[in-house]
Amino acid sequence: MTDLILLRHRQIPDLNHLDVYRQHGGFEAFKKAVTSMNPYDVTDQVKNSGLRGRGGAGFPTGLKWTFIDYENFPHYVVANADESEPGTFKDREILEGNPFQFLEGVALAAFAIEAHHAYVYLRGEFWQIAEVLDRQIADLEAAGLLGDNLFGTDYSLRIYTHVGAGAYICGEETALLESMEGKLGQPRLRPPFPPTYGLFGKPTVVNNVETLTNVPLIISRGVDWYTSIGTEKSPGPKIFSLSGRVNKPGNYELPLGTTFRELIFEHGGGIPEGGKIKAIMAAGASSSLIVANDEALDTPMDYESVPNVGGALGSASVIVIDDTVSIDWVLHKTLHFFSHESCGKCTPCREGTFWMRHIIDRIHDGKADWDDVELLNEVALQIKGKCLCALGEFSIEAVTSGIERFEEDFRTKTGVSSSGP
Amino acid sequence: MIAEKYAAEVEAILAKYPSDQKRSAVMPLLYLAQRDGGYITKDEMIEIGEILEITPTEVASLIGFYTLYHDQAEGKIRIQVCNDLSCALRGADEFLEQLCENLGIQVGETTPDGFVTIEAVMCLAACDKAPMFQVQSSTGLEYYEEQTVSSALEVIESLRKQDTPS
Repeated sequence: MTDLILLRHRQIPDLNHLDVYRQHGGFEAFKKAVTSMNPYDVTDQVKNSGLRGRGGAGFPTGLKWTFIDYENFPHYVVANADESEPGTFKDREILEGNPFQFLEGVALAAFAIEAHHAYVYLRGEFWQIAEVLDRQIADLEAAGLLGDNLFGTDYSLRIYTHVGAGAYICGEETALLESMEGKLGQPRLRPPFPPTYGLFGKPTVVNNVETLTNVPLIISRGVDWYTSIGTEKSPGPKIFSLSGRVNKPGNYELPLGTTFRELIFEHGGGIPEGGKIKAIMAAGASSSLIVANDEALDTPMDYESVPNVGGALGSASVIVIDDTVSIDWVLHKTLHFFSHESCGKCTPCREGTFWMRHIIDRIHDGKADWDDVELLNEVALQIKGKCLCALGEFSIEAVTSGIERFEEDFRTKTGVSSSGP
Repeated sequence: MIAEKYAAEVEAILAKYPSDQKRSAVMPLLYLAQRDGGYITKDEMIEIGEILEITPTEVASLIGFYTLYHDQAEGKIRIQVCNDLSCALRGADEFLEQLCENLGIQVGETTPDGFVTIEAVMCLAACDKAPMFQVQSSTGLEYYEEQTVSSALEVIESLRKQDTPS
């Protein structure tokens, strides 16, 4: 069995206890950084590792850190633990099983950008996790690993949790910052981006939980080790959240570049009896629908390859759909989600998701004709490229690809009335 | 009043944020207010506004925006079933429908004894463990995964027993 890097708690019992985490080298990377490294060197190593943001956008992490404005202080690190994308449940497992590696990643990011305060923004439903995390942070302070004058240096760091209250949009980094400031969780107009104007208007790095959990091992084991995992342009391990019509749904930590076929059929145990694989959504509900033919199944899951089969890797939340499901039902589900979660700030998204939901309900109920399918597609295309943030754009991915690639399902639905998935 | 009742907690919450940014404390303070009774009263909105130097309207707008805050009394426990795409692919819609039938209420309604409100909610990041739900009550939130209708009914019964002092 290969050694897990992010889900190490599956191989090391009680890793969520600080003493166990430290027995396995925990907080050595942070100590090394604070006592013997320049903050810029930490950023450099992360940059050279090729680590890309695991929250969905895939932006190079180290590069993001270099954008921090050094003319303006204080700086903040905010960890995005607002995991809410339908089909995504990886950060929750890290927070529960391997929380100290994540917190060490937060600490390293803070040291790298010379921040003395970091916040962990958890979705409201992770209320219990936040309570435990508060105790774990207290353990770190008691052990002298967080607090003032760390390891006898003049570097000080505090980490706090902040609990959201149920809003998908707060996973968008500027909406998250607004929410943390006690306002409605609505995205900001960008630029300026958070590294120049972030939390409380100060330079801020916002990183996903899984992204930060990579950092301690990059610092302790080095860039060469890290880049030996995954592909050249998408190095490192990735947690794939596998759900939907598979025999063994769950989180699978695999190198970037693993094929869909290996994930779904080897690790996920294939499709339950009575069904055949039909479509794949590679990035949760925000995905286009990929036709699950041999070419798609043999595609490596990395940031460069998935677009070749008409998708995007995103947060690597792979939802499997089999041939017992009609695609109009999938859109009915995703559009109810997006119209509920649209924050209401910009018109194309607020109105567009509302009307798309009404049209798909009509189609799904068998009360529509083909013109409605064309109308749905047209509304989707009107939303495209016109929204303040990615939510509106995400809402149309499944719509336009579903109608284009699974036209037959919509023909059937608008010809003969039937119901159910 | 929460400032008196939870004085130490209010102070600890305010200490998490820079002193000129105390508005950030609004979300944790709303949770405190909601701890009794499961919803936030008008008086509590006014009080939170006063503590943070924002208007009660601004406080109310946040309650409307976020799904975990409530401004009306409902059941003592809220059963929040995820029936989003991934969960629905594993039978969450049928689970929710049958659970409602067993409780004799529709989604969004409360049982006649005022104990259970049933709600359909968006993704709870437990897609591999569907059907699942969370229970929101005055003590917080708890996840129940890989559920059947009978196991869910057992959960409700055991919570009902805990609620009724013997």
